[in-house]
Amino acid sequence: MAVILKNEINKQVPLNGGHRMCPGCPVPVIVKQVLMSTDHPKIVANATGCLEVATTIYPYTSWNVPWIHNAFENAGATISGVVAAYEAMKRSGELPEKNKDAKFIAFGGDGGTYDIGLQSLSGALERGHNFLYVCYDNEGYMNTGIQRSSATPIGANTTTTPVGKKSWGKTQPRKDLLSIVAAHHIPYAASVAPHDYNDSMAKSKKAIEVNGPSFLVYFSPCIPGWKIASDVSFELSKIAVQTCFWPLVEIENGEWSLTGDSKRIAEGKKEKLPIEDFLKTQGRFKHLFKPKLQEDVLKIIQNDIDKSWNFYKKMAGYTD
Amino acid sequence: MTTKYEALTGAEAAALAMKQINPDVVAVYPITPQTPIVMKFSEYVANGEVDTEMVRVESEHSAMSATVGAAGAGARAMTATAANGLALMWEIVYIAASTRLPIVMGLVNRALSGPINIHCDHSDSMGARDSGWIQIYSENAQEVYDNYFMALRIAEHKDVLLPVMVCQDGFITSHSVENVLPLEDAQVKKFIGKKNFKGLLTSEKPYTIGPLDLQDYYMEHKMQQHDAMKHVIPVIEKIQKEYAETFDRKYEIIEEYRTDDADMVIVGMSSVMGTVKDVIDMMREEGIKVGAVKPRLFRPFPAEKIKNVLSKFKAIIILDRSDSFGSFPPLYGEILASFFAAEKKPYIKSFIHGLGGRDTNVEMIKEVISELQKLRDTGESNFTIDYLGVR
Repeated sequence: MAVILKNEINKQVPLNGGHRMCPGCPVPVIVKQVLMSTDHPKIVANATGCLEVATTIYPYTSWNVPWIHNAFENAGATISGVVAAYEAMKRSGELPEKNKDAKFIAFGGDGGTYDIGLQSLSGALERGHNFLYVCYDNEGYMNTGIQRSSATPIGANTTTTPVGKKSWGKTQPRKDLLSIVAAHHIPYAASVAPHDYNDSMAKSKKAIEVNGPSFLVYFSPCIPGWKIASDVSFELSKIAVQTCFWPLVEIENGEWSLTGDSKRIAEGKKEKLPIEDFLKTQGRFKHLFKPKLQEDVLKIIQNDIDKSWNFYKKMAGYTD
Repeated sequence: MTTKYEALTGAEAAALAMKQINPDVVAVYPITPQTPIVMKFSEYVANGEVDTEMVRVESEHSAMSATVGAAGAGARAMTATAANGLALMWEIVYIAASTRLPIVMGLVNRALSGPINIHCDHSDSMGARDSGWIQIYSENAQEVYDNYFMALRIAEHKDVLLPVMVCQDGFITSHSVENVLPLEDAQVKKFIGKKNFKGLLTSEKPYTIGPLDLQDYYMEHKMQQHDAMKHVIPVIEKIQKEYAETFDRKYEIIEEYRTDDADMVIVGMSSVMGTVKDVIDMMREEGIKVGAVKPRLFRPFPAEKIKNVLSKFKAIIILDRSDSFGSFPPLYGEILASFFAAEKKPYIKSFIHGLGGRDTNVEMIKEVISELQKLRDTGESNFTIDYLGVR
């Protein structure tokens, strides 16, 4: 599906400007990519986090779609209840006509999804509700002040894994949430990087319109959390894919494939860049390069990236 | 009206009431001793006897979360739990009340661990007494049944819009078979009526539910909750009156038993009051002028009413089925506070009883009555708190 931006900008946006998200934060763009990928009416549930607190400071709201926030760890369960209510009211004939083919989307950050909300998400996926869960993954508890989560990459400097005389940041690799979700054998799951509009919106459209639960995990650079300039998020998104830090994966009815630049790299049509190209762009990895180059640690990180990239390639049917 | 009694446990009575309410959504997770409610209701769903969309969630936290989502969307949404289940959903229990969602939840009272114990006391619901929920306590299966319909009307009343817990005693009520006189489906349907609250997520206009609410508005919203609670007692009185007139079943916020000529009373809630009433009948045979007072409502606490009722007596003993470690047991503490500004105060004493399902039997109630007599005559144990029936 080709996205024609000229058409998109004439539509009413689901999320108005004027909210308090940081300048340069890709999350509002992610929300628009997802919600504008289809013309169905949309109902949104939002886990506690940056997106929720920055878009709904009472008495204001940026949302042009029905929206509910309940708590941090329960967006999956909350949207389950909303979907159930719609099902029941559809049967009883109470539902307004315009809402009959509404779609349900839950948004949560990585803290609310990989960690504290994992059970709620897993339960909702297993029960098979017809909804899309979108995790905007900025790789840490950014709303509370840059603490590590299970989505924080190895080597990152966070406020709970600070770099010190005996520490080079987080020592554990990230949790592979996409595979965990895929193990629920839901009809659709994918990883997404927001710089690739066509890929993002095509995946969003499929995810929303598929019958059954679906899942997207979005690469989402955090300006203060990653210590980056406010104009580099999309550039970083591109580098993350090109270094295979963030492979673009799609799992449709159990069939794994790679998309975008990830596909090109796997097929040898594009060069896989070294992980340093990604790490050196961000203040959270600065200690790996200055005051002295931490070659051992960089090797550990590169090995970790290669391992996960090889895993995805294998799952997508590529043999070396 | 049906005149055919059915042999039902308290849990079955709750499930039957839920069936007749026919809620849009029920989201539940099993926990002893609430399970017979879930199991019976699942049978109704499986046999197509209700139109309910049932969500079998993976925890109580998700049960309350899904119930909030459903009620927010405009559904009549219900759930049920006990003890640790209530504790796990705690965070969302508060959110349900402050979002002003008219949810009805069956609570089968059970001791809140630890050590782990599956039997009755009120430590679970008493912990939630400041959560903003209305709490109704039921003495027996019949009360459980009738309370559900009144609870729904109270919750959905436009001046209230608050969630309600219908409490019954774990095992003692939930698992004991009693005669229950049910209503006919059509009678229930007519009494509960159509939903009159807004479906915020189905509305033509997009609403934002659960926004961030900071220093500049939070207190105004809390005050609205505070005021909504003030509307509850008159609303309950109206609904109880309508219930009595329609079905010839009279319920009061505070039930009095043989108090007309009594100079001393036992005050307590839920199933123990059945035993208390029996023992009072025995004592009356011996000419002892003792009565009983049973608050059916604990939140909001009917302080003015309780003061008016209890100031008639010389001595009162309050039975609490939970402790508030380091402070006054909940019912006792509320009653003390209710009397603070009163001119005429009875002697008052507290007993904590029946924790973790310890049977509060006839002998123990007789002991309470003999304590009452001493209290009335000497006032010696005024303001003391003791455990009843411990070794």
